[in-house]
Amino acid sequence: MNRKIPVVKEILGANDQVAAENRRAFEETGVLAVNLMASPGAGKTSLILATAGRLPDSIRPGVIEGDIASSIDADTIAAHGIPVVQINTGGACHLDAPMIRSALPHLDLRAIDILFIENVGNLICPADFALGSRLNVVLASVAEGHDKPYKYPGIFTVADVVLLNKADLMAVFEFDLDSFRRGVTMLRPQAPIFVLSCRSGEGVDSWVQWLIAQR
Amino acid sequence: MHELPITQGILSVVVEAAQQANARQVLAIDIVIGELTSIVDDSVQFYFDILSQGTVAEGAALHFHREPATASCQDCGHTFAVSPPLFVECPQCQSTLIRVTGGNEFCVQSIEVDNES
Repeated sequence: MNRKIPVVKEILGANDQVAAENRRAFEETGVLAVNLMASPGAGKTSLILATAGRLPDSIRPGVIEGDIASSIDADTIAAHGIPVVQINTGGACHLDAPMIRSALPHLDLRAIDILFIENVGNLICPADFALGSRLNVVLASVAEGHDKPYKYPGIFTVADVVLLNKADLMAVFEFDLDSFRRGVTMLRPQAPIFVLSCRSGEGVDSWVQWLIAQR
Repeated sequence: MHELPITQGILSVVVEAAQQANARQVLAIDIVIGELTSIVDDSVQFYFDILSQGTVAEGAALHFHREPATASCQDCGHTFAVSPPLFVECPQCQSTLIRVTGGNEFCVQSIEVDNES
């Protein structure tokens, strides 16, 4: 006899459960965990360095680096004296909660106040996989064009804050800032938008102040 | 790559539900996917056919139900369904002040099983 059984279960429920465990580990140790998502080359590592460099001494940064291969970014971070753990996903296009869980024993969470989790460069897959972070940061850049919220809506719908990097190139790329802002607000009206340049430093202070206020 | 962990998620939800129902075999699976998630049906089916081999769900048919995202105009209040790319303006008043909600659904809704053993 055939019968239909209602299930109604989230497909990524197993990941969400581990994400909740990670979140508890961060809360218990007073860590503000930040999931940094962006396409390749948007400036994720530059943003981490620019942000960490502006934190007062009392706020200690740490980093989890996600990459398909290599430790190039982790080496850059470590050279600045910031505690860092590298995760190589071995081809996987996003970080997931179990990867973060296995990275945590390699970090002294009690010696970290803000933990930046640099996701794999990708505007699609990371949106679906919660890590246990308290903040989802989506970093776009002027060089990618102002149409990204319209073409990759999923990632913007999970953003707690949206950053637009490479603002110093705005004129070169004929970037339509109004269109970009409209696209973000359409999907996530509550997310503040910070326009900045890690290269020139413009706008970075406002973002850092906002971030510190989230603790 | 994205569809592989997604398909593993579907399979584990389905196998657990089938065991709870003492099902002999899963015949069909109803999956609800929001319009704003970037899941490719054919790719999920491809992985499912491989991953489900030897399980209670082997050979099950996947039925995908696309849940639209809803746009509401901030000027006139009109609501309408949208799908990406989202270069949308209100069909009633042509405003581009739009809010988009929903379209992120992602779950196994039900399974159809054969209980005879």
